[in-house]
Amino acid sequence: MLPEALFFSAVLFVIGVVGVLTRRNAIIVFMCVELMLNAVNLTFVAFAQVYGVAGQIFVFFVMTVAAAEAAVGLAIIIALYRHRQTVNLSNINLLKG
Amino acid sequence: MLLQHAAATGAHPLSDTVARFVWLLPLLPFVGFVINGLLSLTSAYKAGPSDPSAAHDEAHAAVSHESEEHGAPGDDHHSIARHRSAGLVSLVGPGVLVLAFGLALAIFAAMRGVGEMHAPFVQQYFSWMPVGDLQINAAFQLDQLSMVMVLVITGVGMLIHVFSVGYMQDDPGYPRYFAYLNLFVFFMLVLVLGANYPILFIGWEGVGLCSYLLIGYWFSDKANADAGKKAFIVNRIGDFGFLVAMFMLFANLGTLDFVSVNAAASSLGAGSVLVTVICLFLFLGCAGKSAQIPLYVWLPDAMAGPTPVSALIHAATMVTAGVYLIARSNALFSLAPSASLTVVVVGSVTAIFAASIGLKQWDIKKVLAYSTVSQLGYMFVAVGSGAYVAGMFHLMTHAFFKALLFLGSGSVIYAMHRAYHHTGKHDDAQDMRNMGGLRTYLPITWALMWAATLAIAGVPPFAGFFSKDEILGSLFARHEGSALAQAHFLGIPGNIVILSCYVLGLATAFMTAVYMTRMMLYTFHGPNRTGDREREHLAEAPWVMTGPLVALGILSVVGGWFNLPGIIPAGPVGVLEHWLEPIVGESTLRLTNGAPAEIAHSTELMLIGVAVLIALAGIALAFVRLKPERLVPASASPPEHGVEEVLLNKYYVDELYDAAIVQPIVATSRSLLWRGIDVGLIDGLTRLFLQSKDDDSAPGAVRMGGLLPRSLGWFGSQLQSGQVGTYAWVLVIGMLFVLGAFSFR
Repeated sequence: MLPEALFFSAVLFVIGVVGVLTRRNAIIVFMCVELMLNAVNLTFVAFAQVYGVAGQIFVFFVMTVAAAEAAVGLAIIIALYRHRQTVNLSNINLLKG
Repeated sequence: MLLQHAAATGAHPLSDTVARFVWLLPLLPFVGFVINGLLSLTSAYKAGPSDPSAAHDEAHAAVSHESEEHGAPGDDHHSIARHRSAGLVSLVGPGVLVLAFGLALAIFAAMRGVGEMHAPFVQQYFSWMPVGDLQINAAFQLDQLSMVMVLVITGVGMLIHVFSVGYMQDDPGYPRYFAYLNLFVFFMLVLVLGANYPILFIGWEGVGLCSYLLIGYWFSDKANADAGKKAFIVNRIGDFGFLVAMFMLFANLGTLDFVSVNAAASSLGAGSVLVTVICLFLFLGCAGKSAQIPLYVWLPDAMAGPTPVSALIHAATMVTAGVYLIARSNALFSLAPSASLTVVVVGSVTAIFAASIGLKQWDIKKVLAYSTVSQLGYMFVAVGSGAYVAGMFHLMTHAFFKALLFLGSGSVIYAMHRAYHHTGKHDDAQDMRNMGGLRTYLPITWALMWAATLAIAGVPPFAGFFSKDEILGSLFARHEGSALAQAHFLGIPGNIVILSCYVLGLATAFMTAVYMTRMMLYTFHGPNRTGDREREHLAEAPWVMTGPLVALGILSVVGGWFNLPGIIPAGPVGVLEHWLEPIVGESTLRLTNGAPAEIAHSTELMLIGVAVLIALAGIALAFVRLKPERLVPASASPPEHGVEEVLLNKYYVDELYDAAIVQPIVATSRSLLWRGIDVGLIDGLTRLFLQSKDDDSAPGAVRMGGLLPRSLGWFGSQLQSGQVGTYAWVLVIGMLFVLGAFSFR
């Protein structure tokens, strides 16, 4: 059971990484980050089956922080859109050196 | 917090007494510093409440303050710029000192109560520097030696604070003055209460800072600011020695606590090179702080500060810190007879050198400044010859009579200043040639200063007689059989050195009597030279100023009873000696080679007789030879020639230092570092590269030198693209690298 779960979460994680790296739409990048987080959560739960309940507790922490992060992140994206009328990350480069 | 840690000190007999509040001693003046400091920040100035014409006063203040170099305050009718919160400051500033002195007395009583105590009472508060083997705690230590210092500091400090209320009341910076003064007392108490060398060093540097701040108190005058800087820089040289000594102590003993250093000191080896070098470096620190040759030059200049500051910092307390340090390190110095002998030599040479300069100064405070340097020399003679008790005794009596002399001179300057202020005359209020005959106008000051003069000259039964006599007697007793007599100074046998130093000490006593009598004659006797219109405004200072003078006067007269010699049984004999015995007794015995420091009574009587005769001869000579009637005011005085000119110019030591040290540094900076390296080398090189295309103007050429850093910076800035995607790529690649490195390790 454990190898399958780990394989599945690895696939999910890679999909997330590729999404973050290739997509330019901030919303989609954001969703891919969430995907990565949940891939990790899956790993935690899977390991919790073998090594005890600590992994499951950790998942709660990750979910809580992810929820907070989603709230803040979406708020930033909305503010960004109001300001620039775009969520395309290629156009957002004010911090260019 | 403090109290909890204090409980850890355990079963010392003092831990259940009022001595457990020893941390309050420095805290009280610190609170005063905070309050006065805040008050000094609160407001600008306001004209005195008694005077309706504020605008006139402000203008007047601007003019008079600029011209008043040594700026004693104004007067009752024309308040210059009394500070708005002056009332509160007058309460807090001296108030905290009164409380501290009361607490010090209570702790002293508690110490008397527990009887003889052989271990110091140490209170540890927290671990300050726990680094490897180095364990330095923030801790205070109370023993007989620090108790004496605490009593002198808080007692004399209290009187000087009260005096300052009168002396400084019309100064616009009144709260700032008291803030500095309180801060000074705080650091001074930290210095004497510290339980290890680093804590002592905090106080040591802190009092240096306050000294700097108070010398340059009237900083708008450049000469005062320069004097402050001079004091600070000269003291750095001494502090270098102190630091090196601390490093060496730690490197060899692994500890810096007084208790452990004293216990382990003998492992350095008696008379070894190591302990001698440590002691000499320590003494370099003392020479800086306590104004000994070659670092004494800052103290006379320090007279630029207000006169009560000169009394407190530059006579009674701070400058004696070096004497305290040697007394505190007596276990080390007693192991190094040749270092101790060096201390004796430097002390006695400084004593006579400064005394001879004092013979010819015209500024009343300069006379006292050189007198202080000279008396500090005596103290070093004492602690150098292992007579630590005599050194501390002289420190104490000197604090009494020198504080009295300085405050008395402050009272004189105050009166002179008010007189000049009334008529608007701008003349030097400190030059003795402008004084004369002040006895009729300042009778209280006159009488009290004569008491102090007889004390410092060593006339029985005044305080200075006993302490000075004990120093000279102990020095004489060392000339045979002691460890000092067997040591060598620059190849000269110790007994010869000691006898010569004894002669120097006697000669210094003679000069002391002469220059002090001279000062009194020129200031208070003969006809008045202040000026016809000014004369009628000369008057005694208010009681807030004369009161402390009276208290110090009493102490100057009876101070000798703190440690009467056995040969003059006019009361309890050797109180201070008995009190300090547990601290220094062993070291004194080691330096005297086990023999008690007694000389035959007949010899001792003879020595005393010689010393008294010399003092009386000095006074008599001054009375016979000096004619105050012949003096003319400073502005009309002819220039002086010959020996007098050399003495007036202080042997040209300042000029020598300037030529030998200051000028070479300035010249090196200018010709080598600036003209040579900066203009010649750097600009020249860049000019070389630019020859073909650009002009040779230096700024353009120097800009070429910046090309490399600028291009590197440009490459760096290109990494920051502002593209989140790029950053994510860098992150992932970096993570893969790390993972790869871990996997294929």
